[in-house]
Amino acid sequence: MLTRRVIPCLDVDAGRVVKGVSFVNIRDAGDPAELARFYNEEGADELVFLDITASSDARNTMVDVVQKVSSEVFIPLTVGGGIRSVDDMRKMLEAGADKVSVNSAAVLDPKLIEACANEFGSQCVVVAMDVKRQFDTTNNNIEVSQKVSKNARWQLYTHGGRRPTTRDAIEWAEQVTELGAGELLVTSMDADGQKTGYDNDLLSTISGAVKIPVIASGGAGKVEHFFDALNEGKADAVLAASLFHFGELKVSEVKAYLSERGIPVRKV
Amino acid sequence: MNLNPITMQRYEMNDNLSNPRIVVLNTRAANVHSVEKALRKVGAIPIVTSNSKELETADAAVLPGVGTSDAVMKALNTLGLSEPVKKFAKSGKPLLGVCVGLQVLFESSEEGKLPGLGLINGNVQLIPSGMTDKLGVAMKVPHIGWNQVMFNEQGTGNNPIFKGVPQGSHFYFVHSYRCVPEKSSEIAATTQYGVEVCAAIVRENIFGTQFHPEKSGDIGLQIYKNFIDIARTSEK
Repeated sequence: MLTRRVIPCLDVDAGRVVKGVSFVNIRDAGDPAELARFYNEEGADELVFLDITASSDARNTMVDVVQKVSSEVFIPLTVGGGIRSVDDMRKMLEAGADKVSVNSAAVLDPKLIEACANEFGSQCVVVAMDVKRQFDTTNNNIEVSQKVSKNARWQLYTHGGRRPTTRDAIEWAEQVTELGAGELLVTSMDADGQKTGYDNDLLSTISGAVKIPVIASGGAGKVEHFFDALNEGKADAVLAASLFHFGELKVSEVKAYLSERGIPVRKV
Repeated sequence: MNLNPITMQRYEMNDNLSNPRIVVLNTRAANVHSVEKALRKVGAIPIVTSNSKELETADAAVLPGVGTSDAVMKALNTLGLSEPVKKFAKSGKPLLGVCVGLQVLFESSEEGKLPGLGLINGNVQLIPSGMTDKLGVAMKVPHIGWNQVMFNEQGTGNNPIFKGVPQGSHFYFVHSYRCVPEKSSEIAATTQYGVEVCAAIVRENIFGTQFHPEKSGDIGLQIYKNFIDIARTSEK
């Protein structure tokens, strides 16, 4: 049967991997291809490269990164960050990406999702969404005009979680699925960085609402959390960043644990 | 088939052996560059082309595929490649179809209106949806992800194209349709996705994988390496 996927996510700034990887036999911890090779050998099922470059000049270097990584490592590669148009997506796919994720630009113009899906097929189009629980008592400073409907339990944010939108996250998930998204990368802003587990309530709500795969992101701190996201959260894949980069957990350890608990994972 | 001994490290080619001419057919609807990169990684110098003359002089050919079967067939017809591909297959030289590139080797597909190349008897059918897996999660169509592949070890699954690939290895799939050959003996491997799905085909010199070896890690590269070895042997 289809395996559940474990996915390391790497942040790239001006062609170099940042935030990271201060462990094991890596000569150059900033080299995307070297890290991709490392995670490939660890048993990563897929890799996500997120371009966090702020200036558009440096953004073109991402094409070189994708070109190089895809010549070295032969597992599915998702690239995101700063994708604003069908042309941006084409550049990444031609360079060797298998999927491209869109986030803020799709919220500004949802037709972008449809255009990309029509051009390249839904299997290429990942919609990344940053989500925060509404009625969070620790953060009541959201402008009233920006608030989503009172019925919404989760609010959609853009620009790396800096800007709240008026959208209900669950409705957004349904809408982008209709528009042709092939997969959702769901990051809980509440859980992100807390290491107390994924927001499984959010994940299972979205998994129940859409018929496309959901990648869980934000909150992993130990192996049990990955299991919970797949089991309770009904996610199809689990993503983590610094937990892997700092060597707190190995991809292979996560997969061994999941396998013991009856979750199908890819053997390497 | 008499294969050259593999005594070198993984993916390294023996310099004493000639380098076969491997053509990757560019149907412009496919992930040709991923296939090209994978072949390069295992030591081949692939020629990516839409030119039928290049195909005529090739020792082996790969027909990649992403997209729909009609898109690939339309490209093959428009580029004047359909007949040359059939001729090539009949010449006995190794031909590898990947994903939709495998599906178009059949006579027809439920996905499209255009007839396939008809090199393999049978058709291509939509994978039924609506089943749930053992974790209670709905099985979605398209079938996307890593799935376990079981080889028909007593038959075509024992072919040199799968040399060094352990039984039950995982490969990366992205597809909505499955191949149904008339002769079940041509099914070299299967995977389970609610129903049994044909994962690989072997019919004499014609090979096909429903999964993407170029996206299946080291075990996928092994298949390209084996393909080159077969091309090298048949070249003589």
